[in-house]
Amino acid sequence: MRPVLLIDFGSTYTKLTAVDLETPSILGSAQAFTTADSDISIGLNKAMSILEHSCGAIDYQAKLACSSAAGGLKMVVCGLVPALTGKAAQLAAFGAGAKVIRTFAYRLTSEDIDEIRQAEPDILLLTGGTDGGNSENIIANAQALSCDGGSYPIIIAGNRSAGRDCTKALEGSGHPVFLAPNVMPEMNRLNAGPVQEMIRDLFLKRIVRAKGMSSVSEVLDGILMPTPSAVLEALTLLSEGTERTRGLGELIAVDLGGATTDVYSIARGDPSNPNVFLRGLPEPHAKRTVEGDIGMRYSARGVIQAVGAERLANIASVPAPAIMDAAEAFRSDPSKLPETREEQDVDRALAIGALYCALARHAGTLERVYTPIGPVDQQTGKDLTRTELMLLTGGALIYAPDLTGIVNIALSMQDPTALTPRHVKALCDSRYTLSAMGLLSGVDRETALRLMLEQFGKEGAYGAVQ
Amino acid sequence: MARTLVLGVIGADVHAVGNQILNYAFQDAGFHVVNLGVMVSQEEFIEAAVESAADAIIVSSLYGHGELDCQGFREKCDEAGLKGILLYVGGNIVVGKQPFEEVEQRFLKMGFDRVFGPGTPPEAGIRALNEDLSGDRRCGRSC
Repeated sequence: MRPVLLIDFGSTYTKLTAVDLETPSILGSAQAFTTADSDISIGLNKAMSILEHSCGAIDYQAKLACSSAAGGLKMVVCGLVPALTGKAAQLAAFGAGAKVIRTFAYRLTSEDIDEIRQAEPDILLLTGGTDGGNSENIIANAQALSCDGGSYPIIIAGNRSAGRDCTKALEGSGHPVFLAPNVMPEMNRLNAGPVQEMIRDLFLKRIVRAKGMSSVSEVLDGILMPTPSAVLEALTLLSEGTERTRGLGELIAVDLGGATTDVYSIARGDPSNPNVFLRGLPEPHAKRTVEGDIGMRYSARGVIQAVGAERLANIASVPAPAIMDAAEAFRSDPSKLPETREEQDVDRALAIGALYCALARHAGTLERVYTPIGPVDQQTGKDLTRTELMLLTGGALIYAPDLTGIVNIALSMQDPTALTPRHVKALCDSRYTLSAMGLLSGVDRETALRLMLEQFGKEGAYGAVQ
Repeated sequence: MARTLVLGVIGADVHAVGNQILNYAFQDAGFHVVNLGVMVSQEEFIEAAVESAADAIIVSSLYGHGELDCQGFREKCDEAGLKGILLYVGGNIVVGKQPFEEVEQRFLKMGFDRVFGPGTPPEAGIRALNEDLSGDRRCGRSC
């Protein structure tokens, strides 16, 4: 046996998955409440003893962890034009598994600086200007940040001509400064990779320690990455496969949480029709977005705001005020589970609304413009209409009796201009395998892929590539 | 250092050939060209010019609706902090056959620095750019 322990310190639960690399198989899993407020090892030890109870004492070869506990990886990003370097910076941060608490554009005002200091980000990503382009803005922002008295690390990833001036401006401030290649070196070209590597590196070396997790990082082989980043790794592997084993192809995943909803797509997203013009910043093949106002509990109100109480009431077949009341009850007591029939219906309607909204915001849009030569279609963002596989996770979905029904309604509600999937096969990650497999992929990609295929693989997809 | 130009065809115009010819001609003449291609809105021209710290925006139009598409362009540039940026427009920029002098006057009044009629060779634009961007002057209008 070659056992490995995979740990996910979630904001609510610490989840363990024990894997034997030799067979290969999942030996068992267990979870306990995360204890980030006191000592995170209490929750971990509790989960460990539950796991030991079911599969016996195991001497693990490696213990790997990811974390979204203690607020996750909180980032503030600053760009120049919102639709260009602002968007590029945001996409890069999301892809690195961060929670982007605020995105700024143009010059930072003194109010902005106050807000950033109060928000205490784990990392600030400062961008602006293509290489050889605008440099005044990023330098001015670096100067403004230099005297805010904060000590959070700052990654500078803007116009390369301005790098040195920015570093100089921040010298002597409390901020550790890291210089990375530009997130948008030329117009409409996203270069997220190098910045994401740096974010992950900083997370590993500094953030974990700052969040009071050093007590566990000694017994572990390290907290390698933020949880969403592990999920993105797993999904990319599941989609693309390895040299030996074919993956499942293009896919979408949604993690519907209490406070936020994460959407991932591993898909090219090129226009389905060759006559469609693509505009705006091309988006990454492995894309992640986070909707901070869409969730089942803390953000139930956001779902109502985005979808409309009437519409949700229709789905749930209850009067509109009942939606408001139930949402308020869920918001004020996030641990509340739906009990009555009406509460269950409202819960289901909220899940549909959240899914509808998060998918619409993640996918691209198609706009028809009438020109003298006839109608022309323009696409912004990714076309996911042909993506046929959707993985779902999060309490409201994994315990839902009719997952397919929820997904189908959420898809049928979409605007015709939304480039969301038309028909999908919905699969449920009920055991939260994805983050564990993302961690495992760093050790043994083949095993991680095979274990995921056992759980999610459709017939015929699981086999060696000829 | 090479001067940066933002180039594109404005509005709902999809004529791509002239755009490519200008792209090559300007690059060949030593300019750094940020080519946005066809169907470019005013906002996209301006955003690209902000990020790339462009010295000039070159607007093309062939389909006759250029006059509508270009209205308020200069004001939007001013608003976006691109005060005084060099603005050129050229092509078949109005409906029907109108005397070019009148057309030119209308576009100059809109705030464009130079207006080029149909059939202008790229060299004329390059010559004008070299003139307007010579020396320390980064832009055509006094700034």
